[in-house]
Amino acid sequence: MVDLFLRALPLLEKAVLVTLGLGLSSFVLGSILGMLIALARIAPFKPLRWLAFSYVSVFRGTPLLIQILLIYFGLPNYGITIDPIPAALLALTLFSAAYLSENFRSGINAVDKGQWEAAWAMGLGYRKTLTRIILPQGLRIAIPPVGSRLIALMKDTSLASTVTVVELTRVADQMGATTFRYMDMFIIVGTIYWIINQVLTILQTWLEEKLSRRYQ
Amino acid sequence: MNKISQCTVRVRGLAKAFGANKVLRNVDLVVNKGEVVVIMGPSGSGKTTLIRSLNLLEMPDQGSVEICGIELSDPAAKPAGEVRRKTFQIRQKTAMVFQSFNLFPHMTALQNVIEGLISVKGVAKDVARERGMLLLEKVGLSEKADAYPGKLSGGQKQRVAIARALAMDPEVILFDEPTSALDPELRDDVLGVMRDLANEGMTMLVVTHETRFARDVADRIVFMEGGYVIEDTRPAHFFGPTVSDRCKQFLGRLHE
Repeated sequence: MVDLFLRALPLLEKAVLVTLGLGLSSFVLGSILGMLIALARIAPFKPLRWLAFSYVSVFRGTPLLIQILLIYFGLPNYGITIDPIPAALLALTLFSAAYLSENFRSGINAVDKGQWEAAWAMGLGYRKTLTRIILPQGLRIAIPPVGSRLIALMKDTSLASTVTVVELTRVADQMGATTFRYMDMFIIVGTIYWIINQVLTILQTWLEEKLSRRYQ
Repeated sequence: MNKISQCTVRVRGLAKAFGANKVLRNVDLVVNKGEVVVIMGPSGSGKTTLIRSLNLLEMPDQGSVEICGIELSDPAAKPAGEVRRKTFQIRQKTAMVFQSFNLFPHMTALQNVIEGLISVKGVAKDVARERGMLLLEKVGLSEKADAYPGKLSGGQKQRVAIARALAMDPEVILFDEPTSALDPELRDDVLGVMRDLANEGMTMLVVTHETRFARDVADRIVFMEGGYVIEDTRPAHFFGPTVSDRCKQFLGRLHE
C-alpha cells in the first residue's frame, strides 16, 4: 500500500488542497448565509421568517447530490454554465447554510429569555441586543453542532467528484481504475478524510474548553 | 451620584390578559417622585405583570402607562412605530432588577454595569469604566469588578444587577422579587443596598414578600389580588390591626 501511496502522492497533494478548500470555504460562506437565514427565522417580520423557513425546508429536504447535479448539469439547460469547482462550492454552500442556520437558531433560542429582557429593560435596541448580548452566548452554545456540521461537510465534498472535480475521492477512483487496486486506494483516501476530521475535532474541543474556562 | 428622582409614575385603567387569563383588570396607580411603593399579593395576583408593564416588557391590552410625562396609552391601537419609540423612551427612564438577576454571563461584573452606558448612552469606555467602578463600590463589590457572574454568589449577582440598573441613571427602579431567589442569609446585603437607595430619594416599585423591608422602608403598600389593587395604604395601616381581613389572612400565611 505504501508504494501505491507514494505513487499517488503528487495527485493526492493537490486533491487534499481541493477537498480542504471546498470544505472550508463552503463552511465559511455557508456560515455567513446560515447566520443571515437564522436571523431571518427569528425576525419580527413574518414574511422574512416564512422565506427563511422555506429555504431551509428545500435545501435540507433534498439530497446534496441532487443539488450538485442540478447546478452543474441542470442549469446549462437555461444557459447558465458553471465550472465544476464553483458549481460544487455553490451547492455545498447553499446546502450547509440550511443546516448551519438551524444550528445557529437553536443556539440563539437556547439563550435564556431573561437575557433579552435585561437588555431591553436597559434600553438596548433589537440589533444591539442581538450582537452584544444574545449572539455571544448563542454562538458558544452552537459550537458543538456547528463543529459536527463542518466535519460532515468535509465528507460531503466527496460528492463533488460526480461533477469531475479532482478532489480526494475522484483521485482514488482514477488511481483505482489505472492500477486495479481500488481497495488500497479507498483505504488511503478514507484515512486522509479521517485525519482531517480528527484535527477538526481537536480544534473544536479546544475552542469549547477555552470559551467555557473564560466565563468561570 | 444619583440625582433625586424628578418624575411621577402614573398607571390608568391598565388591563392585560394572557389568553383567557385576565391578569390585570383596570389597575390605577400613582407613584410620586422619591416614593417607595411595595407591591404585595398572592402568586397570580398580577403584581409581577404590573411591574413588567411599567417598562413595557409586557405590553398592556388597555390603559396607559406614564413615566416622567412620557405616556403610552392603548398600545394595541397605536401604530407600531409610535409604540416602539415610546417604549424606548420609557425604558430610558426606568431600570429593572429581576428575580433571576439576568446578568450577562459572558461579561465581567464591571462590563455588565457599563454595558448600557456604552451601548445605549454612547459614553466613552474609560469614563464608563470609572463610573462603573464607583457603582460597584456603592454596592460593596469593587473587588469583584473583573469576576464573571459564574463566580459570584446570588447576593453578589443581585447587587451587581442593582449597580447595572443605577448606571443608566433611571428615574424609577422596578424590583421584581429581587430577593426571592436568594438564601435568607444573602438577602440582607441586597435589602441593605435597596434601603440606601430609598434613603437617597430614589423612586422605587418593589414586588416582594419581605415584610420587614416593606414595614421599614415603604412609603406605601399596594396589595393586589385577582388582577385588582385591593389596598393602597401606609405600612402602619397595612401591618396594623385595622387592615382588611383579606390582607390579615395573607400576612398570616406569609409568617407561617
